[in-house]
Amino acid sequence: MTVSLSHYLILAAVLFSISIAGIVINRKNIIILLMSIEIMLLAVNLNFIAFSHYLNDLAGQVFVFFILTVAAAEAAIGLAILVVLFRNKQSINVADINELKG
Amino acid sequence: MSEFIQPNLIPVIPEMVMLAMTCLVLVVDLFLPQAKRGFTLFLTVLTLLLTAAAVIAIAPADTVSTFGGSFILDQLAVTLKVAILLISALVFIYSRDYLKDHDIYKGEYYVLGLFAVLGMMIMTSAHSFLLVYLGLELLSLSLYAMIAFNRKSIQASESAMKYFVLGAMASGLLLYGISIFYGITGTLDLNQVSDVVRMQLTENPIALSFALTFIVVGLSFKLGAVPFHMWLPDIYQGAPTSVTLFIGTAPKIAGFAMAIRLLVDGLSDLQAEWSQMLLVLAVVSMALGNIVAIVQTNFKRMLAYSTVSHVGFIMLGLLSGTEVGYSAAMFYTLTYAITASVAFGVLMLLNREGFEAENIDDLTGLNNKNPWYAALLAIALFSMAGLPPTVGFYAKLSVIQAVVSIDMVWLAVVAVLLSVIGLFYYLRVVKAMYFDPSDEGRELTIKESLDVKILLSLNGLSLLGLGIFPSGLMAYCILAFS
Repeated sequence: MTVSLSHYLILAAVLFSISIAGIVINRKNIIILLMSIEIMLLAVNLNFIAFSHYLNDLAGQVFVFFILTVAAAEAAIGLAILVVLFRNKQSINVADINELKG
Repeated sequence: MSEFIQPNLIPVIPEMVMLAMTCLVLVVDLFLPQAKRGFTLFLTVLTLLLTAAAVIAIAPADTVSTFGGSFILDQLAVTLKVAILLISALVFIYSRDYLKDHDIYKGEYYVLGLFAVLGMMIMTSAHSFLLVYLGLELLSLSLYAMIAFNRKSIQASESAMKYFVLGAMASGLLLYGISIFYGITGTLDLNQVSDVVRMQLTENPIALSFALTFIVVGLSFKLGAVPFHMWLPDIYQGAPTSVTLFIGTAPKIAGFAMAIRLLVDGLSDLQAEWSQMLLVLAVVSMALGNIVAIVQTNFKRMLAYSTVSHVGFIMLGLLSGTEVGYSAAMFYTLTYAITASVAFGVLMLLNREGFEAENIDDLTGLNNKNPWYAALLAIALFSMAGLPPTVGFYAKLSVIQAVVSIDMVWLAVVAVLLSVIGLFYYLRVVKAMYFDPSDEGRELTIKESLDVKILLSLNGLSLLGLGIFPSGLMAYCILAFS
């Protein structure tokens, strides 16, 4: 069986759905939220690379490089905020983030 | 191998000035003692004004594009950039005393702010999916750090985390939509996307609407339309008031620019589809924003819900799909940013060390203490409610006219009824300021510097001025879409 474009797209869609579910359902740990965000960006990258290969166009792969760079910066800021949050609350439990509501 | 062509750098001169000056501010600030921090602020404001001057100086008569069509400078970009730069300069000047009192008067704050403004400028000029994304991320990443800037505040770090997670998710949704559009059209350039979409419209309607849905969801997350508004009240309340002021003003203009670039420039052939989506978002935003704001006791949170309802009004202009509608939406966005800067500016003056004035109760008796600031805040609130002769009235009138002109009278009626509901909670604040007796035990002190007082007064009076003579600003908005 050959691997066609639609296989890649289905895999990317499944990964994307897993990441959304991870963000919405997860009630335990903020680090899991950060991991879900990374999976989401990687799912998009997979889409871009598959299309880029299929269309024989390099722009998609260039876009992937930019997404990877931005994702690295985003992870750095996310973890920094996590450290600040932990210092203030002594917890990184999602259920404990409840100061603001209404 | 194709030859490297030197791109035309003239349209990007403002961005280059901005970037060079931002790096300069970053380095200069390192060598300044805390007592001389005012010089950083001076350089920051100078940067913004210089960049605004550069934008005006190179403003082309026609649309100019460079970097292979991915960067565009047209009348829309020029007007929005000047507005973003001037409003950001005002915001930084207003914030000075607040930052000093809360021990966050640091150079990094200004550098992050300048990078955020650079991101907004790129968003307004972006004409390819890649540049839209990069501008958006430059803005968002700077904002995440700015919200968490007050490291000791539990609320601030919590709201930064919430904004980070939801903002990253919104970017992910937007990117997923972009990747599908890339797959369908094989290009990232918005002009070419527009051409290919026109051809594919009959062949691939389902794939196109699938991708469009993700783009619209990502956009409404960033703008804060219901049901993607959950982050807005928490961020407005939790962030330091100076950051709330910043988020509530210029990024709204950038968000509007992004919506125009993606939906109108890139995907105008799918207008019938996205109008339907925006219609639902607009009605729900106006309804929920205005109704939930009534029960809020926190002033910042109330203004957040009021923002949600204003986003609904901006979408009314966009969904009409006509040039009149787009310019009405642009007018609404610009005047809303000016109005919000007055409201948050006055609120910020009421803060002092160890005390955050943020509840509506904190405003009681403001008129006795300082009638001038009470009057400015009242003008801003009247403008948000849409009462004449303030500019908010004309802004609401023009978007409603745009809706009526496409024969959606029922939508206009709904919008008017919902803004009547909105009037209630704006007037409640005015009542607290003018008629409620103030508590004896609590002193309402106002820290004012002369420059802030002058600028804030001019800013507040401009709401009346623009309301009586709206044609000048409106002419620019019409020019941007003709």
